[in-house]
Amino acid sequence: MRDVLYLAWCYLVYHRLKTGILVTSIMLIIYLPVGLNVVVKQSAEHLTARAVVTPLLVGAKGSPLELALNSLYFSAEYPELIDYSEAISVQDSRLAIAIPLYVRFRSRSHPIVGTSLDYFEFRNLSFAEGRPMAVLGECVIGANVAEALGVTPGGTVTSSPETVFDLAGVYPLRLKVSGVLAKSFSPDDDAIFVDVKTTWIIEGLGHGHQDLARPEAAAGVLNRTKDNIVANAAVMQYNEITDDNATSFHFHGDLGTYPLTAVLVVPRNEKSGVILRGRYTTDDASSQIIRPVEVIDELLDTILTVQQFMFAAALILGLATIATAALVFVLSFRLRRREIDTMHNIGGSRRRVAAILLTEVAIVIILSGSLAIMATLLTWQFGPGIIESLVLT
Amino acid sequence: MRSGKQELRANIKRFWLLAWVVIVSSCNADRQSDPNTDIRLGPPEVYTVNYPLAYFAERIAGDSVNVILPAPPEVDPATWSPSAEQVAAYQQADLILLNGAGYAEWIQRVSLSQSRLVDTSASFQESLIPVAGEVTHSHGPGGDHSHEGTAFTTWLDLEFAIAQAQAVFDALILLQPDSEAEFHENRAMLQQDLTELDKRLREVSARIGDSPLLFSHPVYQYLIRRYGLNGYSVHWEPQELPAEEEWRELSSLLSQHPATWMIWEDEPHPDTVSRLERMGVGSLVFRPCANRPEEGNLLSVMRENVRALEQAVTQPTDRLRDIH
Repeated sequence: MRDVLYLAWCYLVYHRLKTGILVTSIMLIIYLPVGLNVVVKQSAEHLTARAVVTPLLVGAKGSPLELALNSLYFSAEYPELIDYSEAISVQDSRLAIAIPLYVRFRSRSHPIVGTSLDYFEFRNLSFAEGRPMAVLGECVIGANVAEALGVTPGGTVTSSPETVFDLAGVYPLRLKVSGVLAKSFSPDDDAIFVDVKTTWIIEGLGHGHQDLARPEAAAGVLNRTKDNIVANAAVMQYNEITDDNATSFHFHGDLGTYPLTAVLVVPRNEKSGVILRGRYTTDDASSQIIRPVEVIDELLDTILTVQQFMFAAALILGLATIATAALVFVLSFRLRRREIDTMHNIGGSRRRVAAILLTEVAIVIILSGSLAIMATLLTWQFGPGIIESLVLT
Repeated sequence: MRSGKQELRANIKRFWLLAWVVIVSSCNADRQSDPNTDIRLGPPEVYTVNYPLAYFAERIAGDSVNVILPAPPEVDPATWSPSAEQVAAYQQADLILLNGAGYAEWIQRVSLSQSRLVDTSASFQESLIPVAGEVTHSHGPGGDHSHEGTAFTTWLDLEFAIAQAQAVFDALILLQPDSEAEFHENRAMLQQDLTELDKRLREVSARIGDSPLLFSHPVYQYLIRRYGLNGYSVHWEPQELPAEEEWRELSSLLSQHPATWMIWEDEPHPDTVSRLERMGVGSLVFRPCANRPEEGNLLSVMRENVRALEQAVTQPTDRLRDIH
C-alpha cells in the first residue's frame, strides 16, 4: 500500500500547479457554505447576546437600528438626540430605572460613554483596578483601552475633537482615569465611561472659566457694566477639571434640555415595561421606545435571507466546480493513457493501477477538506472581531 | 516499568498543574474581595443633603433604615462640599434624598446613581422661587447668562415641607416595601405635626399682617411668600459686626421699609442687637435648621421659632432683649 501512496504522491507533487488549483477549488467549495454558516451563527450570537439582556431603549424617533447599535455597541454613527428630561420622566414614573446614555464623543478610536453609575451595576461590570468615577472629569476605562493606551488609575486620556477642522466646537478635555474595568469580553472593554455631565462639558454645554469679576481675568473682558460682563475668546477656559477649578465648572439653563443619545430603561417588572411602552405609542411622541432584541432579530432576518441566497449560489458554484474537477480527472486519465499502459507492461495489475489513480483523487480531496477545516476554525476564532470592526465602526 | 526520564516529565507536569490551580484560586480570591461584590449587612443606608430631610426619613422609617447626613454640624449643608471619601459613601448609599431647588450645588459636580436619587421638591418644581444672579456675563456662542439660582430653603413653607415628607415616604416605601403600613402611620403623625405648625405660623403671620420685617439673610423667601409677610432681606452674618456702609444702607432702607424687627438665622452679635435696638429694630431668631441642631429636632426648633414670632407680636420692641 505504501508504494501506491508513494507513486500517487510523487505524481501530485510533480504536477504541483494542477494539484494546487484542484485543491484550492475543492477547499473553497467546502469552506464557503460552512464558513458562511459559522459567520452568520457567530454574528447572530454576538449581536443578540447583548440585546437580549437590554430590556428597552428610549431614543429619538428615527432609525431603531442606529439607536440599538449606538447604545449597545457604541457604534460611531449616533442617532438623533433626545432631552435629558426623557430620562428624568422615566425615572419619575417609578416604573423603571433610567440609565442615561450619551455616546457621541471619542478618545482616538475609543467611544466615550456618558452615563451614570447604574450602568456598571446593570451590565454587571466589576473593577480590576481603582474605583468608579466620583467627580466631573473622571473616567473609568475598559480593559482593552487600558491595554491599548497603557493607562492605569491616576493616568489621563483626552477626548478628541469631532472633526479636525472643528476649531470653535468641542475642545479636548483631559479625563482623569479613576478605575479600570475587568475584562467582560463585550464592547464595554473598548469604551471610556464618564458621568453624563462630563460629556456635556466635552460638548461645551457646561464649562469652567476664570471668574470674570476678578482682576486676573481683565485681559479677557471686552466690556464691563454694573450688571453685565462681556468676555472675549481670551478668557481662560479650563481643559481639565482639577480640585482647584472644579467649583468653577457650571451648567447654564435647565439640565432637562441637555442632550442624550438614548435612555436605557430597566423596568421594575413586566407590567411596568408594558405600561412604559404604551406611553410611546402615540403618533405625536417625539421619541420612541424599542426592544433591542426585536431590532437585532430583524437585522438577523435580513442577514439570514442574504445567507440563503449566498448558500444557493455556493451550491450551484460547488456543483459546477465538482463537475469541472471530475472532468479534469477524466481528461487527465485519458492524457495519461500511455503512462497507464507502461505501468501495465512492467507488471502492474489493473487493480494496482486503479488504486494509484484513486489514491491521487483521495489525497486531493483530503488536502482540500483539511484546508477547509482550518479556514473554518480560523473564521470561528477571528470572526467576531472581524464582524465588529466591519459592522460597528 | 517507567524510566527515570518519564518520571521526571510526569513530575514537571504535576508541578505546572498545581501552579495553575494556585493561580486560578488566587484570581478567584481577588474577585471575592472586589468591593463591587461586597454585600453590606444591616439596614439600608439613606443619605441626605440637609437635616430636614434626615428628620423626615428618621420620623417615617425609624430604625428600619440608617439615616446619614455627612455634613459636619458647624457648616451650612447648602454650601458644604463633601470630600472624595464622603462622595464614595454617597455612591454606596441605597437612597439619596435631595432637597432640589439647586440646594447643595456639589451634586452637579459628582457622579451618583440616578436610580438612587430622589428630588424631594420635584412635585412643586413650578412653584420654586428664582433668584436672579447679580452680574450677567457672556463668552462664546452661549450669549448672556448669569449664575442665577433658586431659593432653596423650601421647608420653611410648611406646605412644601409636607410635600417633601411625602416624597421621602414614597422613596422609603420603594426601598422597604414590607414596612409600608408602619411607614404610613409614621408619615401620618409627621404630617399632623407639620400641619399644626403650619396653622400656628399662619395665625401668627395674620397677626403680623403687613408690618414691615427685616431678614438678616436671603434664606426666608418661602416663609415670606407662604405666610404673606412684608419682608426684606439684607445679607448680614449673625456673628459678624456689619460694616459702617451696611449700617448706612440699613438706615436708608428703614426710611422706605420701616421695620421694627429683624429676623436672624442664629443668635446675633450683642453689639449688633444693641445698635439695632437704638434704631428701633428688635432682633429675634428664626432658625431654618438646615443642619442637625445641638438640642432637640426640627419640630422643636420650628416650634421655638413660632414661639419667638408669637412673643414678638405681643411684646413692645424695647423688651425684645428678653426673648433671646
